[in-house]
Amino acid sequence: MMREGKAVCLGSDIDTDLVIAGRYLRTKDRSVWATHVFEDLDPALSNRLKGSIIVAGRNFGCGSSREQAPVALKEAGVVAVISPLFARIFFRNAINVGLPVIEAEIPACRDGDHIVLNLDGGWLEAAGTRYTFTPLSPRMLAIIHAGGLVPYWRAKQ
Amino acid sequence: MSRTLTEQILGGTAGEYVDRSVDRAYVHDGTGVLTLQAFKEMGVPLGIDVSRIAVLYDHICPANTGLTADLQKELRSFAKEQSIPFSDCGGGICHQVMSEGCILPGEVVVGADSHSCTGGAFGAFATGVGATDMAAIWASGETWFRVPETIGISLNRSLRGAAEAKDIALSVAARLGMEGATYCALEYTGDGVPSLDMESRLCICNMGIETGAKNAIFYADDICRTYLGQFGHRIAPQIPEDCGYREEIVLDLDDIVPVVALPHRVDTISPVTECTGIEVDQVLLGTCTNGRYSDLLRFSRLVRGKRVRVRTIVVPASKAVLLQASRDGIISDLIEAGCIIVSPGCGPCLGMHSGVLGDGDVCLSTANRNFKNRMGVGGTIYLASPATAAATALEGCIADPEVHYA
Repeated sequence: MMREGKAVCLGSDIDTDLVIAGRYLRTKDRSVWATHVFEDLDPALSNRLKGSIIVAGRNFGCGSSREQAPVALKEAGVVAVISPLFARIFFRNAINVGLPVIEAEIPACRDGDHIVLNLDGGWLEAAGTRYTFTPLSPRMLAIIHAGGLVPYWRAKQ
Repeated sequence: MSRTLTEQILGGTAGEYVDRSVDRAYVHDGTGVLTLQAFKEMGVPLGIDVSRIAVLYDHICPANTGLTADLQKELRSFAKEQSIPFSDCGGGICHQVMSEGCILPGEVVVGADSHSCTGGAFGAFATGVGATDMAAIWASGETWFRVPETIGISLNRSLRGAAEAKDIALSVAARLGMEGATYCALEYTGDGVPSLDMESRLCICNMGIETGAKNAIFYADDICRTYLGQFGHRIAPQIPEDCGYREEIVLDLDDIVPVVALPHRVDTISPVTECTGIEVDQVLLGTCTNGRYSDLLRFSRLVRGKRVRVRTIVVPASKAVLLQASRDGIISDLIEAGCIIVSPGCGPCLGMHSGVLGDGDVCLSTANRNFKNRMGVGGTIYLASPATAAATALEGCIADPEVHYA
């Protein structure tokens, strides 16, 4: 599966409160989460997410287990998230909602660089440079291919 | 070399993927609503014995808006229809209610909340999952895990002075860093463990997630057996063996001093003696880290007969805690000292209600997280123990509990 998008570069230790603040969780309306994603980090950021690939520093998604965090990113149009190290629950939640997460370090990547991802092949290209990464496990890839754990389950029935 | 306790419970060695049936699975009002939605979208019946799952309301209790009330109503109705064990608003924080006799040694426990690692205090494998994962567990009764590598933490000797379990938890977070234990188990052993009661162990396990850990765990010993005996459970203690740890950390408990985690990172701590005098607008005693009976007791011993100088919010972690503290006169002592008592639950910890911070407000909290804006936009959070919270409430600025114990 190939994905591509423009890089949006962020720092380390982005917690899920910063992805979507607790005050916006009192709803099931996903568009609300998408509108307010990263609001406490940079209110202008949500406008740049459509068709983007987030390139974060270490420990992306630490903190609360709230699944609204990866849902908000996906709903805002984020294609994938790349980080050298993901917080465990966020990583698993992202796969479950069908948002590809790639554990890789691409230090030369700059905001706006075009990134191409090959999820199954374990490589990506950023601004013309190729990097390799360990692909997700077969089960996680199958969930991503299905579009998330819910459609994966429905297909199994 | 034996397996670590986490490897024994999951039935695999570190790095392996295993499918495991789940002994306990619980959600709260925050995550349960999304779990129910995902479960309905899966279009399958409950595939797990309802006695193994639970719904416990704690995040916004009682509801603060019509929308919150409507969302809670939907999940409440489902729980009742399906005869799922249900704890409504006022029952208390899911992790605390589950620790009142609902988690046993050796069990596989999942909660749809990151602080579900709290249950490791009983020698269980306890971890947090997301809402969709939980929906699949409702549907199948099982889930998959990658067996974590284990970091051994040896606690030696015993605490002294005003230092508390929270100071151990914060010191461990500082030692490992916010990502230092990502994907790992934290296994606590050492000759200092028998000096820690169950409430202390719950506090320490609770903060495992703040280092990125998948779970934190103590071996069930005689103290655990006595504690669970109150709830009618008879358990066999787990005996530690010589395990292979990824790394081992040794902490001498008599070196632990009261500390404060500085905004906005849990792993950036300072001895409280270097923070004294920082003015605060609010003190929060409560949460799944420090809202237990012994926390209220230690806090009340310092403030009893005196007056707090700042807005001081006390949230008992469960109805049982509130009842015991009421019977023992602790609640009236706290009210007379000027504290505000809030219904058992998470309270203002997550910035939803009952003590949300305003712009520029400074709070000293006994919670587990001080992320930017967590308790309100523009607010600043320091984390500390109940004793430090009590001293701070009395002085109106961050204060050394040793002085107040003297």
